[in-house]
Amino acid sequence: MKYVDEYRDAAHAASLVASMQRLVTRPWVLMEICGGQTHTIMRYGIDELLPKDIELVHGPGCPVCVTAIETVDKAIAIASTPGVIFVSYGDMLRVPGSAGDLFRVKANGGDVRIVYSPMDALRIARQNPDRRVVFFAVGFETTAPANAMAVWQAKREGIANFSILAAHVLVPPAISLLLESPGNRVQGFIAPGHVCAVMGIAEYEELAARYRVPFVVGGFEPLDLLEAVHMLVSQLEAGRCEAENQYTRCVSRQGNAAARERMREVFTVTDRDWRGIGTIPASGLRLRPEYAAHDAEQLFEVQSTRAPEPSDCIGARVMQGIRKPVDCPAFGTRCTPEHPLGAPMVSAEGACAAYYAYRRHAFMAAV
Amino acid sequence: MGTLPAFPCPVPIADYDKVLLGHGSGGKLSAELTRNIFLRHFRSPILGQLNDQAVVNVGDLRLALTTDSFVVKPLFFPGGDIGSLAVHGTVNDLAMGGARPLYLSVAFILEEGLPMETLRRVVESMARAAEAAGVEIVTGDTKVVEKGSGDGLFITATGVGLVRTGVDLSPSHARPGDAVLLSGTLGDHGIAILAEREGIRFDSELRSDSAPLHGLVEAMLDSRGEIRCLRDPTRGGLSSTCNEIAARAAVGIELEERAIPIRDEVRGACELLGLDPLYVANEGKLVAIVAPDTADAVLCAMRRHPLGSGACRVGRVTDTNAGLVTMRTAFGTSRIVDMLSGDQLPRIC
Repeated sequence: MKYVDEYRDAAHAASLVASMQRLVTRPWVLMEICGGQTHTIMRYGIDELLPKDIELVHGPGCPVCVTAIETVDKAIAIASTPGVIFVSYGDMLRVPGSAGDLFRVKANGGDVRIVYSPMDALRIARQNPDRRVVFFAVGFETTAPANAMAVWQAKREGIANFSILAAHVLVPPAISLLLESPGNRVQGFIAPGHVCAVMGIAEYEELAARYRVPFVVGGFEPLDLLEAVHMLVSQLEAGRCEAENQYTRCVSRQGNAAARERMREVFTVTDRDWRGIGTIPASGLRLRPEYAAHDAEQLFEVQSTRAPEPSDCIGARVMQGIRKPVDCPAFGTRCTPEHPLGAPMVSAEGACAAYYAYRRHAFMAAV
Repeated sequence: MGTLPAFPCPVPIADYDKVLLGHGSGGKLSAELTRNIFLRHFRSPILGQLNDQAVVNVGDLRLALTTDSFVVKPLFFPGGDIGSLAVHGTVNDLAMGGARPLYLSVAFILEEGLPMETLRRVVESMARAAEAAGVEIVTGDTKVVEKGSGDGLFITATGVGLVRTGVDLSPSHARPGDAVLLSGTLGDHGIAILAEREGIRFDSELRSDSAPLHGLVEAMLDSRGEIRCLRDPTRGGLSSTCNEIAARAAVGIELEERAIPIRDEVRGACELLGLDPLYVANEGKLVAIVAPDTADAVLCAMRRHPLGSGACRVGRVTDTNAGLVTMRTAFGTSRIVDMLSGDQLPRIC
């Protein structure tokens, strides 16, 4: 199948790996930021293919995982409000708050609907003028423009019954936090391709220069990732630290200016709590005051909760690349996708969930 | 690599105080519901075998018995409708036990306001499907519920059939070394339905594979191959079927990614929607676990039948990774093909 098979070609993969074998002279620790990339790596066993000296650790780029418990609790409270239609991307429904998840709200009679696009939520609002329709706006810079567009359009058309619960997070502040952490092991990053499709590469050029660490913007297919690792290793072995682009079929240096403009018009940067990590300054987006009429945070009086993470979860260290999911004593026993203790086990794109879903046989048999 | 240590049972998911949609997905939640509610109270050893059909002895006869409810939306889709699906699904559950389907009983739950024309089309389609499959609908029931208490039309179908002498098929018969055969492409039914529901269009029309499989099964049994187990990978797809077999027989199953046939339309739709074709429902395909030395004979017999022309060997039963399904990827690496918790959910990005 065109646009798929060429990025999953085993012979091409083998030649990239062979080339890396010749290139590598010492151990390197690399991190893929995005949960979608972690998913591909685990699903295809990319880490197994790499030369032994190259270690991949997995970043905090799963928006479902890092959405704070308090925000999930807010979503549950709003979705449980009579008369509300709560609309969300599918994988947020399973995320546990401090008590229950959105699936249970649905089972208890709440009107919770899954969509692929915020525009579908807007359509639901148009069709149900007597109901309040709330869209759960989670995600990185990837989903922010479409969500901004929905709000912008709601304001323009005067769709007063449409609002969003904004929980957007931004990638660069999380990378800074990671690189400034004393325990940091990461020497090179695969930057998130779809985020860069919107944001361009400039932010990563700045990070590369500031921290003297190479970045390669990578795609999501197996060969994208192998090629990105190859490019990173080439930089590291040559002592370079630049921001390069592997994912040229989707990402241009300047990104999508129109999408960014819409984002800036609707959202403003704010501090944000990351599940399992804590508050990162200027790492999120919230609606600007001009859009308060569409801000569910202000429209619904919801009690804020404080729910501590279970103390035996090592999720924060996993998401900073300090530990691997299988280093956790709870992995696969007390912590499973059915009963996650912490953020990275929550969504299919979380590092722990990806290890559990695809590779636990390799790790647990050795125990 | 040795056998996996048994995972300590997590808190049972049946802790849920309400039924969730995921309880009907054919994944882990469904399995827990069956175990914690139905098996606990019904206590039948035959039910406890958890086969698609029960095989009971009545005098000298071995009778296969099955029942299935159909709640598909939309009612009509490319390649079939809720009526033909009810006939095929019931016939197939009997066929997977090695039985020749004979009689069906059908019950209709109709929602007040359902157009009579819709009902007529569904019933006509059922009649045609039953005739083509050589089964007779001999009894039934009709209930009408108030508007809002149902979703147009639900059908429950029960079937009886006779099991061939000497045939004893069960997932627990799977042995290490056995071949895993699949009768054709995966995911056609689930994606055809989803595409119809979501308004996705393909270059070529994708149709549900809904079909009665008992003819194919008879051809396979006639091949005199040593067939251990037959299953139709409906809800939950190939993944759930293989996981159930692996769990029941306490063996591993290793699938070969390159060997699994999937149409480009289905692959494309799955890529687009963030779904995995291994978990998508089929209504006209079967999985056979066959002794290794007779696998080729069975495969030949399958390929000679129109409903098995795309049959192929997709994996093998192993003595490692007991209870797990793994897949050898195109890159030569190995990954788990897990049973889903509940429904497959579209991912954010």
